[in-house]
Amino acid sequence: MTYGFLVLLAVVFIVPFVIAIVTSFKTDPNATANPLGLRPSPATTAAYHDLFHSQDFPTWVKNSAIVTLCVTFVRVFLDSLAGYALARLRFRGRGAAFATVVAVMAVPGVVLLIPKFLIIRQLGIYDTYYGMIIPLFVDAAGVFIMKNFFESIPVSVEESARIDGASLFRIFWSIVLPMARPALVTLFILSFQGSWNELSHFIVASQSTSLFTLTKGVAQLASGELGAGNRYPLKLAASVLMTIPVAILFFIFQRRIMNASAGAVKE
Amino acid sequence: MNAIARRPLLRFREPGIRGHQAAAGWFFLSPVMVILGLFLIVPIFMAAWVSVSDWTGNGSPFGSHVHFVGLHNYRQLLSVPGLDQSNFGTALRNNFYYVLLVVPIQTAVSLFLAVLVTRALKFIGFFRTAFYFPSVTSSVAITVLFLFLFNPQGAINKLLSYVGVTGPSWFYDPRGLFHVILGQLGVHQPPASLANGMFLGVSYWDWLAGPSIAMCVFIIMAIFTTSGTFMLIFLAALQGIDDSVYEAAALDGATEWTKFRYVTVPMIRPAIFTVVTLGLIGTWQVFDQIYVGTKGTPANTTLTPAFLSFNASFNNTEWGVGAAIAFILFGIIVLFTIITRLATRSPDHVPRRRRFGPTQPLGTPDASRVASAGGMR
Repeated sequence: MTYGFLVLLAVVFIVPFVIAIVTSFKTDPNATANPLGLRPSPATTAAYHDLFHSQDFPTWVKNSAIVTLCVTFVRVFLDSLAGYALARLRFRGRGAAFATVVAVMAVPGVVLLIPKFLIIRQLGIYDTYYGMIIPLFVDAAGVFIMKNFFESIPVSVEESARIDGASLFRIFWSIVLPMARPALVTLFILSFQGSWNELSHFIVASQSTSLFTLTKGVAQLASGELGAGNRYPLKLAASVLMTIPVAILFFIFQRRIMNASAGAVKE
Repeated sequence: MNAIARRPLLRFREPGIRGHQAAAGWFFLSPVMVILGLFLIVPIFMAAWVSVSDWTGNGSPFGSHVHFVGLHNYRQLLSVPGLDQSNFGTALRNNFYYVLLVVPIQTAVSLFLAVLVTRALKFIGFFRTAFYFPSVTSSVAITVLFLFLFNPQGAINKLLSYVGVTGPSWFYDPRGLFHVILGQLGVHQPPASLANGMFLGVSYWDWLAGPSIAMCVFIIMAIFTTSGTFMLIFLAALQGIDDSVYEAAALDGATEWTKFRYVTVPMIRPAIFTVVTLGLIGTWQVFDQIYVGTKGTPANTTLTPAFLSFNASFNNTEWGVGAAIAFILFGIIVLFTIITRLATRSPDHVPRRRRFGPTQPLGTPDASRVASAGGMR
């Protein structure tokens, strides 16, 4: 009985992805005439060939990779630095700083599109990598996760290091961070996934086609621009390819994601 | 705030170390505070100014050619009849129905999925993975997939044709769901009272249209992509319930359903609050899918406030109006969050009413359930 439900639901959840993959190997007429067919006839890699030999697609991949890697590594570092300060260090204004982080977390992202555009333009970094990357360097939810984690590990190791005369940054870098590996991995996954899948920020932060990321490029493919029209195999091939990095990450860290996401939900 | 005070802080015996710590504290925090301030807090004030100005996107919004117009932009949206108002009213209506359908359905579906996958069954990990996977994919990829599945000659309509149903043209169909149902019942024209009355530039009859068929696809898509995320929240909550509670309930003769209704639901009330709140916040912000999929078409029936705000600013150079929409949307989201909190505020009488308390655990907890919970960790 339970298995019946489970299998039925699993089919509903999985089949769309199977159809996407299968269709990406079909010819355009075959995809349109037989959208449900699970065997491409004839099977072709034309869609993938076209994508990789086009001007645009490799650029999108490159831009997505640059942005995601920069954002992810810097974000993990800065968020844990701030989380550590909020969890362990004693200084005036700590409560206010934490309150600010929580307040910022509560502001819905879509409301910030116009404000972000305004400041990015005002700072003269509109339509540059800086404008696309720097605003994503920090995310309040990440600070929050790290702060909670640091509070859950014992303070004694750090204190003895301190007595040995290590500087605070030294303690943070060589003692605290290695202990925080589980939280760092969680944050890494969330940041990677978040910036790889980000669309709206890039829409307001840039316009040149040379700065298109995969999300922006495929979004444009979807609306039929770039002559894509009804070329579903091409669009689906692009979607499949852009899903691969997050899918790999997901399957490697499956256990951790399934446990961690319950506490730290993506928006 | 309390949490901060109670936690152990680094303690040092040497004098003067406090000053050291203060410097280090701010040094560690500064990158985050600078970026949050510069890209989140300052711009909110800039946008607040733009929302009461007549800036058209030329030059700096703080230039001398930009004037203060008071609440003009807000009035254009809320009280002055015109295109701005009817677009905004339409967007609110569309998003309202989207929220109304997505939030309850995704909450129910994700809870149902969580209940199914808490059991210790073979291959349960596979099923959890399958249900969660859509949550990690990008909204762009999912929208492209749905554009294919739901195109008029697409997979869904093909499937429907096997059971003798002619599917609608989905993304191209602006008819409201409730209007379609009324049409089936023979009601094609609105009564005069509904056709003539207007609110926010939209007639009462159109307010009652329901989500358009096109919007229904976005509703299905939202449920498909977010149920997995929320399933995990429910799963964590369900695994936190002690087995003895269920055993006690079983001794009292509770059936599966009464156990679910009177034990499970009250005990996971905080998780329900979380899911409903996150659902409300997310669904009022729907943007990516609309941008990729329909850009508000057909006949503005998939227009949402978030997309309208973007479109008014970036495509129609009505920056003041766009910023005003963003602030109104913010207000709506805050309002709904408060309402949810009031509605699901945990009533104190829940523990008192519970007839089968966890006071006398009889027997050991079911070993297989414990094993499954352990397997997750």
